[in-house]
Amino acid sequence: MSDLQAQTDLFFVRRELATQEAPPAMTVGPAAWVKRNLFSTPGNSILTIIGIALIVLIVPPIINWAFINAVWTGTDRTACIAEGSGACWAFVKAEFAQFIYGRYPDAERWRVNVMFALLLLGLVPMSIPSAPFKRLNVLYLFIVFPVVSYYLLTGGFGLSVVETPLWGGLMLTVVVSYVGIVFSLPAGILLALGRRSAMPAVRFVCTAFIEIVRGIPLITVLFMSSVMLPLFLPQGVNFDKLLRALIGVALFASVYMAETVRGGMQAVPKGQYEGAKAVGLSYWPMMRLIILPQALKLVIPGIVGIFIALFKDTSLVYIIGLFDLLGIVRTNFADPNWASPETPATGLVFAAAVYWVFCFAMSRYSQYVERRLNTGRKR
Amino acid sequence: MSEMHATAAIAPDATATTRTKATTAVEMVGVNKWYGEFHVLRDINLKVLTGERIVVCGPSGSGKSTMIRCINRLEEHQKGQIIVEGTELTNDLKRIDEIRREVGMVFQHFNLFPHLTILQNLTLAPIWVRKMPKKKAEEVAMHYLKRVKIPEQANKFPGQLSGGQQQRVAIARALCMNPRIMLFDEPTSALDPEMIKEVLDVMVGLAEEGMTMICVTHEMGFARQVADRVIFMDAGQIIEQNEPHEFFTNPQHERTKLFLSQILK
Ligand SMILES: Nc1ncnc2c1ncn2[C@@H]1O[C@H](COP(=O)(O)OP(=O)(O)OP(=O)(O)O)[C@@H](O)[C@H]1O
Ligand SMILES: [Mg+2]
Repeated sequence: MSDLQAQTDLFFVRRELATQEAPPAMTVGPAAWVKRNLFSTPGNSILTIIGIALIVLIVPPIINWAFINAVWTGTDRTACIAEGSGACWAFVKAEFAQFIYGRYPDAERWRVNVMFALLLLGLVPMSIPSAPFKRLNVLYLFIVFPVVSYYLLTGGFGLSVVETPLWGGLMLTVVVSYVGIVFSLPAGILLALGRRSAMPAVRFVCTAFIEIVRGIPLITVLFMSSVMLPLFLPQGVNFDKLLRALIGVALFASVYMAETVRGGMQAVPKGQYEGAKAVGLSYWPMMRLIILPQALKLVIPGIVGIFIALFKDTSLVYIIGLFDLLGIVRTNFADPNWASPETPATGLVFAAAVYWVFCFAMSRYSQYVERRLNTGRKR
Repeated sequence: MSEMHATAAIAPDATATTRTKATTAVEMVGVNKWYGEFHVLRDINLKVLTGERIVVCGPSGSGKSTMIRCINRLEEHQKGQIIVEGTELTNDLKRIDEIRREVGMVFQHFNLFPHLTILQNLTLAPIWVRKMPKKKAEEVAMHYLKRVKIPEQANKFPGQLSGGQQQRVAIARALCMNPRIMLFDEPTSALDPEMIKEVLDVMVGLAEEGMTMICVTHEMGFARQVADRVIFMDAGQIIEQNEPHEFFTNPQHERTKLFLSQILK
């Protein structure tokens, strides 16, 4: 005891107030930043040096390939076969329309453009929080736009018919993933509710469906639908390939969505259900007004993750002979007009860039929404 | 069954005797409940008259919450009858919803809806359950917010309020449905000491207006001040009930004595 007391002063009072001083040298400014973040420990310094070496090694060749040595103009492969030439952008330029529209007839491509425009018309106001008429906007995106697009693209409104095998490229990618997204959100929510239902029959059916579909790879289902479905259908009945792909993709997305949404619902505290019941809300209003808004907010990253995966997984439709963006790019590698050592790499980089732009946009938007929903609610 | 129930007869205070027509708000007859094998409520018999204020106390795990949660069917009982405002609770979902409309409940942890503003928390049920026009619902909500003395918080979110304020909002939310019975499950036990009083004040105000109240609470001051009857529960049973003065000064059962000696120190 007395030892401890000897070491500490029991009494203290400040006589002079401390004045404000400048921070010690080497804690602010760029040099300090470099020291703190890049060379703080020997291990860190080694990692930094390796990193810089890698950048020096990798980046210049990429820039050379993609820009400096790249071939920007030309009408066929001769432009791109020169020794040491880089990316064959002339190929992308020449086939650009095909990458976007597939084999959709030239004269009818304006219809695809109108579809893209209608899509933007719905998405832009939807993504601006302050834009009015959100409810109508949702209605437009989930019902009006898909129905109008269906007639527009297949041939309604007195337009000529365009068979679905002609659809392809980015347009097909957008169609398949959009249908997947629009179908999977409501279907996934219903499946999630069903799996948590108090009614055993409903619960069993939903659980079984989810577990069965989740246990099979998408590629298998697509493959089976093209090889095996014809065996079960009567002779002569032809089931549209695109429709098969759409059904497969939509079911898959719904099942993943269901599990994500269910996770969100489980994270909503029991007290929320009780609070809602205690004020007299019955099942559907309780779910719609209290539980789902909170559950969905919790799983926005998961939902957008599903959208992104879906957008990329659409490439699997090549299995049943449909050519989405990646598929159509690949078919062009064999085009004798453009075959050159750099054609495949150029095409793939182009396709990757397009996928990346879409997926990155979705990802950023989800982060933005999360941040916005978090303001003002700290709990 | 006679209107003059034995339990009502031992409530000699002014309000109880001036009640002209004593109607029954809640009646529990031989109620039993099990959680799996665990017999959590055992032969509960309780009759609460309109306008009565009941305080329920007892050790932790004695089944107090379970009992009052059976009254609005947040928990289901397996045996016996529960009759609320003349309607018996059965599996009929319509009836359950009807009863929940007439019974307000306040929870230990408030259970406000964190994604809605205070005003929206209050107007939600009147609009969706009572089909009240939005304007009217907002008027009603502001009326009750003024009553619990926080009208200035109407447009904030629950997470921005103190515990005491949140609990007062929760009380206002229940009142907006114009309930005939209010259930309170330890409304002050999650609150810091300095906030308990503001919530109790609101509850005392309610009691003075003649609201039928069943409160699970260990606030013995509150029990003394407003309760017509204090009920002591242990091991899923009602062990003893009495009017507050007698209950505190002259407990009969050994367990009651033990409990009171612990809680009153
Ligand atoms: N969902 C449940 N499943 C199984 N047992 C439960 C469940 N809810 C409560 N119990 C048990 O039932 C008993 C009574 O619980 P209850 O919550 O009614 O007690 P209480 O008197 O309100 O206690 P406290 O003062 O701690 O709130 C406890 O032993 C508890 O462990
Ligand atoms: Mg309790």
